Amino acid sequence: MHPDIDSERHLQPFSVEELTNILDGGAQNTALRRKVESIIHSEPELSLKDNYFMTQNERYEAAIKKTFHILMLAQRLGWSEGSRELQYASRSVSGDLGFGIHHIFQKTIRSLGSEEQIAKWDPLCSQFQILGTYAQTEMGHGTNLQGLETEATYDVATQEFVVHSPTMTAIKWWPGDLGRSATHALVQAQLICSGARQGMHAFIVPIRSLDDHSPLPGITIGDIGPKMDFEHTDNGFLKLDHVRIPRENMLNRFAQVLPDGAYVQLGVPKSNYFSMVVVRVDILLGEVLPLLHKACVIAVRYSVIRRQSHLRPSDPEAKILDYQTQQQKLFPPLAMAYAFHFVANYVLEFLHHSYSFILDRDFTLLPELHALSAGLKAMLSDFCTQGVEQCRRACGGHGYSKLSGLPSLLTRVTASCTYEGENTVLYLQTARFLIKSYLNTQKSPGSASKASLPQSVAYLTAPDLARCPAQMAADFLHPELYTTAWAHVAVRLIKDSVHHLETLRQAGADEYDAWNQTTVIHLQAAKVHLYYVTVKIFTEALEKLESQPAIQQVLKRLCDLYALHGILTNAGDFLHDGFLSGAQIDMARKAYLDLLPLIRKDAILLTDAFDFTDQCLNSALGCYDGHVYERLFQWAQKSPTNTEGNPAYEKYIRPLLQGQRARL
Amino acid sequence: MNQDLQRERAGASFNPELLTNVLDGSAENTQRRREIENLILKDPDFQHENLNFLSRSQRYEVAVKKSATMVEKMRKFGIADPDEIMWFKKLHLVNFVEPVGLNYSMFIPTLLNQGTTAQQEKWLHSSQGLEIIGTYAQTELGHGTHLRGLETTATYDPETQEFILNSPTVTSIKWWPGGLGKTSNHAIVLAQLITQGKCYGLHAFIVPIRELGTHKPLPGITVGDIGPKFGYDEMDNGYLKMDNYRIPRENMLMKYAQVKPDGTYVKPLNNKLTYGTMVFIRSFLVGESARCLSKACTIAIRYSAVRHQSEIKPGEPEPQILDYQTQQYKLFPLLATAYAFQFVGAYMKETYHRINEDIGHGDLSELPELHALTAGLKAFTSWTTNTAIEACRMACGGHGYSHCSGLPNIYVNFTPTCTFEGENTVMMLQTARFLMKSYDQVHSGKLVCGMVSYLNDLPSQRIQPQQVAVWPTVVDINSPDSLTEAYKLRAARLVEIAAKNLQAEVIHRNSKEVAWNLTSIDLVRASEAHCHYVAVKLFTEKVLEIQEKSIQAVLRRLCLLYSLYGISQNAGDFLQGSIITESQITQVNERIKALLTAIRPDAVALVDAFDFQDVTLGSVLGRYDGNVYENLFEWAKKSPLNKTEVHESYKYLKSLQSKL
Repeated sequence: MHPDIDSERHLQPFSVEELTNILDGGAQNTALRRKVESIIHSEPELSLKDNYFMTQNERYEAAIKKTFHILMLAQRLGWSEGSRELQYASRSVSGDLGFGIHHIFQKTIRSLGSEEQIAKWDPLCSQFQILGTYAQTEMGHGTNLQGLETEATYDVATQEFVVHSPTMTAIKWWPGDLGRSATHALVQAQLICSGARQGMHAFIVPIRSLDDHSPLPGITIGDIGPKMDFEHTDNGFLKLDHVRIPRENMLNRFAQVLPDGAYVQLGVPKSNYFSMVVVRVDILLGEVLPLLHKACVIAVRYSVIRRQSHLRPSDPEAKILDYQTQQQKLFPPLAMAYAFHFVANYVLEFLHHSYSFILDRDFTLLPELHALSAGLKAMLSDFCTQGVEQCRRACGGHGYSKLSGLPSLLTRVTASCTYEGENTVLYLQTARFLIKSYLNTQKSPGSASKASLPQSVAYLTAPDLARCPAQMAADFLHPELYTTAWAHVAVRLIKDSVHHLETLRQAGADEYDAWNQTTVIHLQAAKVHLYYVTVKIFTEALEKLESQPAIQQVLKRLCDLYALHGILTNAGDFLHDGFLSGAQIDMARKAYLDLLPLIRKDAILLTDAFDFTDQCLNSALGCYDGHVYERLFQWAQKSPTNTEGNPAYEKYIRPLLQGQRARL
Repeated sequence: MNQDLQRERAGASFNPELLTNVLDGSAENTQRRREIENLILKDPDFQHENLNFLSRSQRYEVAVKKSATMVEKMRKFGIADPDEIMWFKKLHLVNFVEPVGLNYSMFIPTLLNQGTTAQQEKWLHSSQGLEIIGTYAQTELGHGTHLRGLETTATYDPETQEFILNSPTVTSIKWWPGGLGKTSNHAIVLAQLITQGKCYGLHAFIVPIRELGTHKPLPGITVGDIGPKFGYDEMDNGYLKMDNYRIPRENMLMKYAQVKPDGTYVKPLNNKLTYGTMVFIRSFLVGESARCLSKACTIAIRYSAVRHQSEIKPGEPEPQILDYQTQQYKLFPLLATAYAFQFVGAYMKETYHRINEDIGHGDLSELPELHALTAGLKAFTSWTTNTAIEACRMACGGHGYSHCSGLPNIYVNFTPTCTFEGENTVMMLQTARFLMKSYDQVHSGKLVCGMVSYLNDLPSQRIQPQQVAVWPTVVDINSPDSLTEAYKLRAARLVEIAAKNLQAEVIHRNSKEVAWNLTSIDLVRASEAHCHYVAVKLFTEKVLEIQEKSIQAVLRRLCLLYSLYGISQNAGDFLQGSIITESQITQVNERIKALLTAIRPDAVALVDAFDFQDVTLGSVLGRYDGNVYENLFEWAKKSPLNKTEVHESYKYLKSLQSKL
């Protein structure tokens, strides 16, 4: 153990183990997770250590191999589909696995297929007799589903659908597992029957031979080429040339085409909408957040090992974590790492709570759930991406080496800003909900509207102060004070947003132009609303930790820092209507600066509590024992550039050197 | 040609060629640049496979081959002027990454600056002719920014008249130098000089590391590649460990300091001149920020004019995504920033050359300000550009994530600019040191000049009480001059706050160093505000210089957008300082929206004016002809995963099906 990190762990003002248990959702979960991790790490096939040295082809093959091994393990140890054990297994290999979309394929059949269809396809999926992918996005269309161009035309004569990509832009593009793995695709296409277009429907299309895996006739298929990351996933393209599939391959729980070509709608497929919500909530905890957690662990640990320059001329070189500017870089992301843990769990609970209602066709909670999950997906992915990049750059030059682990965390998390809904589009969905909710409060003053206002926007009708009452820096450490401040600004911006929209409408602009001409302000309102929501969720989560005062205290500092960091970076919004005065902004800044040295003392413990194994972090800078430099040196020597000779020397450098010498 | 782009170009309010001339400095420069670019574009020796589909070792190999070809061609074409060398390299190296590059950018200049005439005679010819390939080894595993902390030692042995080089610890291993891992056979090594039992600090030594003829590491030398990085795949950044490795006394660069044969150390007369190289590289990096941001904007804006999505009005065809206000709000402020940085970069280059001449005449008076300004502007422009490239990439949605967009490569190769040649926070604090010094100077009654002269007008510094109207009461948000004033006031205010907080901490803590650390967040803010002011000021002044009316009009809109967007993003500073009123902030936001609409018809022409060749952009999305989708498909088919119809790993799928 490096003495510089050891000394950070000597004093423990709170129990790291208890904090880990809170993060895991209970001590039993922690124990189970560790058990699974030790099983995974004892399998050499499941090691991540060569990842940084592999080509795209090798990464893909390694991921398939790992998936295969984990499925074998699961079968042997009785880990069932969707179990905690499998989730932990995936976490311990950093999700470096294949067949992620196969599961979405299977889930979609379960929610959109008839009982008959489920009975036919579900066991084939579970036993991996077929491998599925979900082909929605096209080369020219992502966000706007109605714009998709792929067609499925019903042919009454043969009772088949003819699935076809009519243009270049209609080629399916991006689906994971499509490029090299899948045998079947769930294709979203425009249904055309009896000469009429009926909108998007889902079709099961066999794409590869089950005998030799070669593409079937009429199918052009392949990998879309190198990306920033997700090299282990074979994102693919699919071009369909009049491919015929039987009528039974259209998923028909909500809509059906009869043999004679008549189209029958069976209720509104709101659950289609619902499955997007589920995926967005899932990726927060399963994919996005751990990436920020890891980045914080790596950067904070490295910052107590790295020494640079002197704080006082007579002292030895200082740990870089003792510099105020380094604390300002790392502690806001660390505070977010905790804030978002509670936020993501809150949304998950909200989802579970709404789930039963929605299955019973009670859609009351759906608009709020949709607005909240869309907005928080956008906000968390944005902030986590910024946070990871901040951590990477805070590690100076070594943060640029892949061996630090940080570049890969960044390239992975940044994808979440555009997949599963482009973030700007998602923020605007939240904004629409806010405007609607606000207009509702205006419609029926004094009536029962307040009671029916969804929980996350209840503050729209709460009494509001015109001025912040803070009189000194310490006042800004009261959760109620800063939560109220956030609520105030959110309400003001939502009102502003509505006002701009109405003004344009009254000036004669049509609804659509008016909306487009005001989207920048809607975006701003949605972002501030979401910040308010996250501050509120964090403060409420802290209240529940009363029985663990030491942990409550250390987390409260992070919560304060989180709220104040946002206030200071958006100071203009708080000053705008005089809610905060210039003097109060100075107080908030003082309160913020005073928090940094307090968090400094606990920083290592706070990152230890995330409890990542060294194997899972896969970082030369972030290991638990702090032996950074030895590890960097050792790992670098394993690079193929050092182990496989230098063909460039023989071919170019030698002739260059010798040719020049001859000439001289 | 894609019809959307054709229509965009036909509808522009100005001729982009004229703006290109402004950016190049003159029509003649544009012409010469294109001549040189064409030399490469038409030369089959520079053709190679798409780097995106190659492994790291293969990319390194391509880069070495290109370096070798380039050396020959530059000689053949007679390209020697530094600007022309840059144009030449810019085109043939998509991202400037060149294993032999450090031989020219660091090894030779250091030899020229610090070597004696005899040393230059011995090494210069062979390094210019690539008989030897050199690199520059400064950074160590455990030490970067803080030079005095470097641990490598060079101990003089008078008996043999040699230096004994050692890497005494793991942290002292040289780490990161470009071209060190596999390419170079010599390195200039920075080490602590020890002679007659005493350490004299850092000095430079020429160290042979690989045997001529076999290229094998020499005995006592451990050398290799530091492994995969975020970007710079083509570069063999290396490590170097020396174990009692002996070099002759003559290998220490002795133009300034010397070690006599008996071991006597002779002190240098003046070592301030080494400033020069750093200032040069940092001012070059300001221009590099401008170029990379311009590339990213070109790709994102062209693609946004080609991409259609969703509907603004039901029933109408899908609009170009560039018609969405949110997309304009993402991209146009960045486009304005790219232009601002182009002009800041040009200014830095001119200033450097001017001051360099002064230095040649022995006048060092402007050096401290130039040093402070380049440090801060390097940090300010690279931080902004770093974020902006990512924003451009995300504005391209999913396709921005694919290497076909070219944007991931631009980002990963640009982002080290924030940490190399001086870590940005450290750079900002250097600027802050100069600002604090200037503040103190004014405080003690002396006027300061140059970019910081606004400190002379601080209210607290005024001697005569009758001059009350310090802050102008009204900022005219339609006047670039008036906005420049607003930025000036913001900078003055934040410098003053930092200075006062620093003074208070000094009194409170009784230690200047501790006080400095506890004020460093304020100090960085002050430097940022100062740099922002400089950028606004230079942009505003540049617009006034332009004669051609149509060009002036479009640049004026960009200049206003740049200034107003900065106010909107930093509204807190302007409100808190009572520089701008609350109702003005609302007007600023409205004006920004109006400017987005006004710039929209010229957006494509504005990026065309950067005049990047498709080869330099390396992007399917940013192609000049806009034929994005056809080429995206062609590009993907070349992916290595598509080389076989059924992938090797099918064996795992097959056995999965049989075993479960």
